[in-house]
Amino acid sequence: MAGTTRKFTLTSWIGLALIAANLVIFLAGPLLAPYGLEETLGTPFAAPSAEHPLGLDQNGRDMLSRMLYGAQLSIGVSLLAVGLSFSIGVPLGVLAAIRGGVTDIAMSRTVDAIMSVPVLISALVVLQALGSSLPVLIITIGLLDSTRVFRLARILAQGINAMEYAEVARLRGEGLVWMIRKEILPNAMPPLVAEFGLRFCFTFLFVAGLSYLGLGVQPPFADWGGMVRDNQQGILYGLYAPLFPAAAIALLTIGVNLVVDWLLAGRTTVQGENR
Amino acid sequence: MTRVVLVRLGWGLLTLWIVSVLVFAGTEILPGDVAAAILGQNATPESLAALRETLGLDVPAVQRYFSWLANFVRGDLGQSLTNRQPVADLLWPRFWNTMALAAYAAAVSLPLAVTLGILSAVWRGSVFDRAANVVALATVSLPEYFLGLLLILLLSVHTGLLPSLADTYDGMGFLAWLKATTLPMIVLTLVTVAQVMRMTRTAVLAVMDQPYIEMNYLKGLPNSRVVLRHAVPNAAAPIINVVAFNIAYLITGVVLVEAVFNYNGLGRFMVDAVSKRDLPMVQGAAMVFAAAYILLNMMADIGAIALNPRLRHPRISES
Amino acid sequence: MTEVADRVLSIRDLRVVAPNGAVLVDGISLDLKRGEVLGLIGESGAGKSTIGLAAMGYGRGGCRIAGGQITLTGTELTQSGKSVREAMRGARIAYVAQSAAAAFDPSMRLDRQIIEAPVQHGVMTAPEARAWMLELFRALQLPNPESFGLRYPHQVSGGQLQRAMMAMAMAAKPDVLVLDEPTTALDVTTQIEVLALLRDTMRRYGTSALYITHDLAVVAQIADRLMVLRHGKEVETGATGEVLQAPKADYTRRLVAEREGSLRPARGSQKAGGEVLLALDRVSAGYSGLTILNDVSLSLRRGETLAVVGESGSGKSTLARLVAGLLSPAAGRVTFAGRALEGSYRKRGIADLKAIQMIYQLPDVALNPRQSVGETIARPLTFYRGLKGTALRDELRQLLALIGLPDDFADRLPGALSGGQKQRVCIARALAAQPDLLICDEVTSALDPLIAEDILNLLRKLQDELGMTYLFITHDLSVVRRLAERTVVMQKGRIVEDRPTADLFQTPQAAYTRTLLESVPELRQDWLDDIMARRAR
Repeated sequence: MAGTTRKFTLTSWIGLALIAANLVIFLAGPLLAPYGLEETLGTPFAAPSAEHPLGLDQNGRDMLSRMLYGAQLSIGVSLLAVGLSFSIGVPLGVLAAIRGGVTDIAMSRTVDAIMSVPVLISALVVLQALGSSLPVLIITIGLLDSTRVFRLARILAQGINAMEYAEVARLRGEGLVWMIRKEILPNAMPPLVAEFGLRFCFTFLFVAGLSYLGLGVQPPFADWGGMVRDNQQGILYGLYAPLFPAAAIALLTIGVNLVVDWLLAGRTTVQGENR
Repeated sequence: MTRVVLVRLGWGLLTLWIVSVLVFAGTEILPGDVAAAILGQNATPESLAALRETLGLDVPAVQRYFSWLANFVRGDLGQSLTNRQPVADLLWPRFWNTMALAAYAAAVSLPLAVTLGILSAVWRGSVFDRAANVVALATVSLPEYFLGLLLILLLSVHTGLLPSLADTYDGMGFLAWLKATTLPMIVLTLVTVAQVMRMTRTAVLAVMDQPYIEMNYLKGLPNSRVVLRHAVPNAAAPIINVVAFNIAYLITGVVLVEAVFNYNGLGRFMVDAVSKRDLPMVQGAAMVFAAAYILLNMMADIGAIALNPRLRHPRISES
Repeated sequence: MTEVADRVLSIRDLRVVAPNGAVLVDGISLDLKRGEVLGLIGESGAGKSTIGLAAMGYGRGGCRIAGGQITLTGTELTQSGKSVREAMRGARIAYVAQSAAAAFDPSMRLDRQIIEAPVQHGVMTAPEARAWMLELFRALQLPNPESFGLRYPHQVSGGQLQRAMMAMAMAAKPDVLVLDEPTTALDVTTQIEVLALLRDTMRRYGTSALYITHDLAVVAQIADRLMVLRHGKEVETGATGEVLQAPKADYTRRLVAEREGSLRPARGSQKAGGEVLLALDRVSAGYSGLTILNDVSLSLRRGETLAVVGESGSGKSTLARLVAGLLSPAAGRVTFAGRALEGSYRKRGIADLKAIQMIYQLPDVALNPRQSVGETIARPLTFYRGLKGTALRDELRQLLALIGLPDDFADRLPGALSGGQKQRVCIARALAAQPDLLICDEVTSALDPLIAEDILNLLRKLQDELGMTYLFITHDLSVVRRLAERTVVMQKGRIVEDRPTADLFQTPQAAYTRTLLESVPELRQDWLDDIMARRAR
């Protein structure tokens, strides 16, 4: 972990700008929306115009306004799910690493078993059993995703716990709280922050994907993935309508990925350039 | 080494069994009253009783699980709740469709991705490497349906080069099948290439940073020989792991791509079953997906074990 | 100066620059005659490896040759293209690295790797290269030379692999070898064997070499001339005997003095002879069924320094971990200050944890990179002694003064300290607990000689001032001589000898102790010949 000061690159600026823009939309979307969520304003799939920069959707509602409203659901659901997965995965992973022994084996084997099924399949099974609602969606994805956070946190904590400075603290007689707060977490933070970005991307795409399949956010609510689904038939008439929400999903993901990539850059050394 | 492989096979079987427990628990225990959950608001006392009988819900869960598992092993996946046909008859044709599409995509994307990954590792820091990195970052960020819809617009609606829907039917010719599935294949390739390429690059770079690679440069060997004879053989095992890691990605991708192109595969089959809450169909599809995933992962692991020189050539006891 | 025709390598005004612009090597000129060995000596960061690699026209990690000329057997390397440099490497000049285990491709048989360079360079056909390889294997006394090459790197021992790397370097009959600390990673007893074989093989085939090392005594055995380097610049150059006996530069004098000092016995103990502080009674211990410590008994008095020496695998570090409570004995008794000591640190009371402190080999990983020097040292003060506010600050300042660091270091993070400074902070952290016993596990092994000497002096000063008791684990016999009143020699988990240090060095009793003692290189140039002659008898 070389210094905390890091040179900004062009791609990192683009990434940060995209994240900032989405943050504004997330926080103030409905205030910025020129029209209402359910307001029918013209013919379905009307082309973009001065009043409606992104045109109208399949029911003749303003696409831009609907996307601004949808941002809170799209981003909010993912943020809550990732928050949940970190608040479960990090403490359990660190605990497994520190305790070791039976605790570690039991938790790691459980996680291995859950991870031996692709996340989408597990999620579909749960959604079949419980039906799709926002709490089910958030908790299911958060729990499933926490397995990955658990793995990373465990491996990081194990690595740090094996360092001699952690051994010094243990030999001093420090308790669990000190070990986690002062020795492990501060040193595990940079990779965990990067992982938060990556997990957010994954979850964000995942929720949107479920909505696109009709199994995520249910009407009357609409997120960006659901809006792609609703407007999909337009594509066959050569209309761009479904591409706008899909592009919004892509742009936020690209932004976060660019920033994570920049945060993780420089981890590998350069060798033999002058060969 | 045989022992290591056998142990790995044993783990694979054990995992499969655990997965069967998870799938059963997820579908039949999680909802509490399965019959009520499936019928929802349409439930009447009569329909509930009828469904309970169909599903055998009066029997204790453990007993139900074991008879379910026994039937499963024999190939009997139960009866669909919606159209009363055996799940196996409905499922397997869809499974082979999905495998065909996935294989088509893998045949194009994996060689491409591995080659690009090796090249960008070898030319680290070059314009090629940086461009590949940015393009890869962008494509992993693009949802399958965005790429799919965009390609439909460009290659189908505007130019008419390829069909917009992947309509396949029994007895269609191979070329017709290729034409129908090329668009979904391109989308799958685009979303998987980036991942595999980036991870291959990392795996090769990890090897390129080893002192023995520098030693080979100091032996005066040309770049091509160092990479092909020394770096790639040692990176093979990690690359196989990278590929295995991306199988899950491919499966997720397949489900979404099938939805975009209306392709008759197992992914759409499962999504339909979930929206209709057809329990036996979901169980069957989930088990088949999980089994395929576990099997492919196991094969990759065994491949990586087979490539490990320490296991292939065990230490000779020194006198 | 030497005749031009006689020179195989000639470097003029070499300047090497790192990617961040730092100058690693500046103004270095040297000449190497056929069959001559030039020793490049210096501490880490002196630029000696950089010079060795530059001689091959190679810059590691993006370093670049920014100026000067390098002429290898008549070819100028800095102005020539990549293909010319590649054609020279492995053919006319070859490299031997410190770690053979890392320098061999793990997935290729040894013979294929060894004949690769000559065949690829078109110097020999494959059968010729193979025949030459067998001759080299015999010259390097590798076991079963006919079948040795069929093995994979992980299938042979460290000493054998190091010799196989020598064979790989010699495979194309190069004019010059660059030997980069080729024996440093080996145990002392293996080191002299490999050293003698390296020297004899080079002499037999008239190969010239740049021999890079930090160890004056090792280089004295093999080099005709020495170049002393510091911070990328030449300090002095001369015939090996002259430089060692009559060093001109102050820096060289200090290096030589340090090395000579290490060969003088420790002065008599001042405070030893107190009560028995630590005693091990027939202790055995190990990990998962593997016994590492076997029936070990020893005792340590208050104010005394007890050194535990041995090669890798002797169990000396396991002994340190056992006393620290990181490993419980499987059999036997450990007593501390007259009371039985619990096996695991988890069961020990806070008083016992406070009384036994440990210092490690690598200060880099022994300090939490996210805690400042002040936080690091203050924690034991508050944890064990409950100090707060002004009392805490005063004590912290005193500890910093004691280890010789200025007050403002308290705010620095470990990343901003040098290796020696980090080790001082580790010592201060241990002292903050006011311990009775300090376990020092290879505390100077990772440091450069002059810095290691400073740390040893500091430890000695602390013993005089505070009456500290040390359990000193090391593989380095010169450290033992300078610090310990009593020495325990360990081999394969057992104690082979336990005597006052002075007696042990003068009249070693056990055969293993004798082998160990005579394997420590000495500064005189005929030492290796003497010892090989003695062994041959």
